[in-house]
Amino acid sequence: MTSDPSAAPPARVRAAVTGLGVVAPNGVGTRAWWQATLHGVSALRPARDAPVNRTPVAGEITSFVAEQHVPSRLLPQTARFTRLALAAAAEALDDAAVDPAALEEYGTGVFTASSAGGYEFGQHEMSALWRTGSDSVSAYQSFAWFYAACTGQVSIRHGLRGASGTLVTEQCGGLDAVGQARRRLGDGTRVLLAGGSDAGLCPLGWAGHLATGQVSPLGRPARAYLPFHPEASGYVPGEGAAYVVLEERVAAEERGAEVLGEVAGYAAAFDPPTGPGNLALAAGLALADAGLRADDIDAVFADASGVPALDEAEAEVIGDLFGPYGVPVAVPKTMTGRIGAGGSALDLVAALLALRDGVLPPAVHVDRPKDGWHLDLVTGAPRPVDLRAALVLARGHGGFNSAAVVVR
Amino acid sequence: MVAPGGIGTKDYWALLTGGRAATRHITFFDASTYRSRVAAEVDFDPAAAGLGVREIHRMDRSAQFAVVSAWEAVADSGLALGGLDPLRTGVSIGCAVGAATSLDQAYPLLSDEGRDWRTDTTYAVPQLYDYMVPSALAREVAWTVAAQGPVAMVSTGCTSGLDALGHAAGIIAEGSADVMLSGAAEAPVCAITAASFDAIKATTPYEGDDPSEACRPFDLTRDGFVLGEGGAILVLEEKEHARRRGAHVYAEIAGFATRGNAYHMTGLRPDGTELAAAVSAALDEAELPADAVDYVNAHGSGTRQNDVHETNALKISLGTHAYDVPVSSIKSMIGHSLGAIGSLEAAACALALEHGAIPPTANLHTPDPECDLDYVPLTARAQPLKTVLSVGSGFGGLQSALVLRKPE
Repeated sequence: MTSDPSAAPPARVRAAVTGLGVVAPNGVGTRAWWQATLHGVSALRPARDAPVNRTPVAGEITSFVAEQHVPSRLLPQTARFTRLALAAAAEALDDAAVDPAALEEYGTGVFTASSAGGYEFGQHEMSALWRTGSDSVSAYQSFAWFYAACTGQVSIRHGLRGASGTLVTEQCGGLDAVGQARRRLGDGTRVLLAGGSDAGLCPLGWAGHLATGQVSPLGRPARAYLPFHPEASGYVPGEGAAYVVLEERVAAEERGAEVLGEVAGYAAAFDPPTGPGNLALAAGLALADAGLRADDIDAVFADASGVPALDEAEAEVIGDLFGPYGVPVAVPKTMTGRIGAGGSALDLVAALLALRDGVLPPAVHVDRPKDGWHLDLVTGAPRPVDLRAALVLARGHGGFNSAAVVVR
Repeated sequence: MVAPGGIGTKDYWALLTGGRAATRHITFFDASTYRSRVAAEVDFDPAAAGLGVREIHRMDRSAQFAVVSAWEAVADSGLALGGLDPLRTGVSIGCAVGAATSLDQAYPLLSDEGRDWRTDTTYAVPQLYDYMVPSALAREVAWTVAAQGPVAMVSTGCTSGLDALGHAAGIIAEGSADVMLSGAAEAPVCAITAASFDAIKATTPYEGDDPSEACRPFDLTRDGFVLGEGGAILVLEEKEHARRRGAHVYAEIAGFATRGNAYHMTGLRPDGTELAAAVSAALDEAELPADAVDYVNAHGSGTRQNDVHETNALKISLGTHAYDVPVSSIKSMIGHSLGAIGSLEAAACALALEHGAIPPTANLHTPDPECDLDYVPLTARAQPLKTVLSVGSGFGGLQSALVLRKPE
């Protein structure tokens, strides 16, 4: 089969970000989370609901009251990752002061990503199936745990009826959803919500994470997740959601919206079956897409795996692109753990706010990067920097790489 | 192609044009206590299909379907594996419920048959994370062709198979890849999936002796869909790229659109407004009038709700031409394989263009008066075709439409 280029969307429009929504372990709501992030407030703690034989550390959200964010009739039919998504999406639309009902009928859409589905919901229903039989499985199981649940629920709640979709690319999902929304902007779609969410830190979800062999075995929250540090021992999973509202720059300005920044570049590349990965390729393509050179980038928000070999690979990519100590590297996810598809979306939001405020958040627990990697890691305290452009990197389990460039 | 009743393109097309239904009593698990006890199962021998012991061990059944289908597609395309430029090759794979079958098998062991909520990772399979994060499915296809371009899993419920193709076409159109391995796979015939559809009474309660008549789209007596499984991968190629190497072209993707009903996670508005909007938008992108459509491959799931919704959507979008154009549902033969079916249907459309033949709607003996279009009952119809339309509806309220054209 062939694809006819004449069916292509029009030349790329400028993708302005006009709204943000965040539910993170260290803050519910964009403002609370950003303040906590600038102050280096970590939410890592011993996991609440891990398998009997393990004691991992997690970035869990303790201050999210679903009833305050999600209509009561939706509570029985939503898994936690969808509740977080509903809260973040509502905040982003509110922040953008967009009323979908006031726009043309199919002018709004939503692209979401999650790496895993609603596994605490699924575990509950699978337990019911085994304990009391198929009759006791909830009717909502048919859609609450599946990957498209957030797209559907957000679309229904806000009346978003245009181009929409769901991507699953593990940790890259948040950036990939934003990249896909950007492709669709201007294609008859004026306003797009995009982002990611992940939760499901139930025993089944944990069993999955632990099966990778890459979760830190250390039980002390301050020691478990030390990306780029000489004593890095693996990753710590977290939960959360982050969404942005994307609009055509011109249309956003016409309606007098506050533009936080632009998603100027995006690209994805996959690792070959063996040999070095393709994070550098994704980063290079995203820069080219933005029409920028490495010199133009004022900060990098790193993927920050915490797995030593993966940290080394990323340090090398950053070093090759920017030179030794060539760019400040921010790792706010040291406070939240790795949030799957929500994690890369959260980094994108962090980059946009860093551009707005001229400040980079500090990494916590990591006092220094490994010698010889020549990384200018932002640690200890927030660092004031005049920022015009930032690069956000993400890698997803299995070989996914994505990169986005945001500009002021 | 891996489909119930037909593995490989040749057998698949013979099954469809023969009007033979591959639905049968469930053999994969004991369904005797279930409301719905029929499914369209694939008699699939992974070793005979060419997979090695390690691949069989590593991959969920859905990934096995995808990889075997990808081999066939690449061989058929004439693109030798060595002839693909890895950096210009991507993957876009649809799947709705991920590795449901593998999780269904893993959970009783992890949880001691549901008695132990906390689970014990001693009993976890090593690839459990791949089962929970089904982007592993896209990874397996990427590995098999060494693709290093954009790779993603698209998971939009029952429109995933169409949306994955639309996603791939968009990536080629923007110039990020020359070749995309795109399609979908799903292997959902297991207890937890069947129980969840039982709970919403979406699947047929068929109790007769001949399960091949269980799925009866557009028939007055239809009473639900039949769960199916399978996979289809198509090689999508930028038009000039295909022309230069003298490739045989089955079809061109001329238009694609998705709309959301923003109405209900599982319910459809009877009027079909949003599906009609998706059809119109896809035809607009193809720059074709409604009366150019020579055949509609229907969603035709076999639920009353869908059949009325879809019939009305075609009347709105195609106008009086809706009464003239042949419409058929191959789900009557191969069941509803959730995320996979859209790609199996798109493949059937490409084959229909190739062979000038329309597969029938099996089991349509007593037309529903509310469904008054030409549904091509029982037997295939020879007819030269130039433009075909494939439509799908999914949980979450998404409606998708794909327009395929015979190459000039």
